[in-house]
Amino acid sequence: MKKEVSISAIKEGTVIDHIPSNVTLKVAEILNLDDVAGIISIATNLPSKKMAKKGIVKIGDKLLTQDEVNKIAVIAPDATVNIIENYNVKRKLKVLLPDIIEKIVKCSNPNCITNNEKAETRFYVLNKTPLKLKCHYCERAMNKEDIVLL
Amino acid sequence: MAFKNRDVISINDFSKEDLLHILKAAKSMEKSRPNLLKGKILATLFFEPSTRTRLSFIYAMESLGGKVLGFDDTKQSSLQKGESLWDTAKIVEKYSDIMVIRHPVEGSARLMAESSSKPVINAGDGANQHPTQTLLDLYTIQKVKGTLNNLNIGMVGDLKYGRTVHSLTNALSHFNPTFYFIAPEALQMPQNYLEELRQKNIKFVKEENLMKVSNKLDILYVTRIQKERFPDPVEYEKYKGYYKLDESLLKNIKNDLKIMHPLPRVDEINKKLDSTKHAVYFEQAANGIPVRKALLALALGKIK
Repeated sequence: MKKEVSISAIKEGTVIDHIPSNVTLKVAEILNLDDVAGIISIATNLPSKKMAKKGIVKIGDKLLTQDEVNKIAVIAPDATVNIIENYNVKRKLKVLLPDIIEKIVKCSNPNCITNNEKAETRFYVLNKTPLKLKCHYCERAMNKEDIVLL
Repeated sequence: MAFKNRDVISINDFSKEDLLHILKAAKSMEKSRPNLLKGKILATLFFEPSTRTRLSFIYAMESLGGKVLGFDDTKQSSLQKGESLWDTAKIVEKYSDIMVIRHPVEGSARLMAESSSKPVINAGDGANQHPTQTLLDLYTIQKVKGTLNNLNIGMVGDLKYGRTVHSLTNALSHFNPTFYFIAPEALQMPQNYLEELRQKNIKFVKEENLMKVSNKLDILYVTRIQKERFPDPVEYEKYKGYYKLDESLLKNIKNDLKIMHPLPRVDEINKKLDSTKHAVYFEQAANGIPVRKALLALALGKIK
């Protein structure tokens, strides 16, 4: 518990733990938390037993749905998500890769329309492990090592 | 699936039943239907030059009684002023009932189709898709062989960058073919296509020497080694002219082999083969007419 004193516990809301440190801020961005009224705490470079360094995002007064949680699957597939009510863990959610990934990923094909004109990206998941995506527009398949976030 | 208002963007959007339905509609378009699309307007947006495809669409539309407007030179268009394709589609839909687009950027036709409330036909988006070419290839095979099923299909030339062979491979996969991919290793069919074939349990053979497998083939699909698709001009120099088909091929083929080519050819097929019963590439190009007529009439809801 001592390790987590840097960000306080929340009464109601969602705690996303075990985020790879380097994508913590990206996770917060993807979740689009601009309209959340409660307190949002973001901590990164925290020591962790499971991973080298981890990040945590705590979102007060907002219970994420499974669909919302799934948005972070590309960058933080092993994150743990706890829904908190009255300071207790009410539910745990797994991060599941959706069948379609929208907006988050950049197409690796420089000649794809999404890299030439303002267009939201969309990818179909061809394979979950190892991750393989197919661009809705140029139809190119992308392997995990080619995946770049927007 | 209903065809009215349906876009034609990628051959992969069509099921086996869809493909067969389009081919049947194309056959019905072999007869003259001079008033079928009377009062309809086709916009042809060619951001990249293409003589044959464009003329074929214009001919198809006009011989069905429709009218055509458009451009084939971006110098004339607002693209020079930086207008987005999204906006272009929004404008053009006000002037036309259906549009055909060719654009060098991959996925451009899909984006325009999403912007436009009118049906959009992709006439080639860079190295990605050219579905009307694939449909006329299927139509030709069906016409000259009487069936699409269980054929031995040879593909020779640039199988790595050639979009026609990629799309045709996907489309023929519905019909239990055996593929013979004839190319030097550097120009062979990309791994992801081979992987898809394995998953679908479709037999294929990779071979560099055409003469070793030529006697097995029902169809030989020849492609040009396209300079514009090569990222490295040195690579291109190495492989241009790698396959040149001439009369020596005739010694080792089935009697009813048919030779196809999406055209234009450079020197892959010697002119001496043109007059043989095996050559069907000019007929193939002409088959673009009934196929494109059918797609226009289906999308405009004038035939079912």
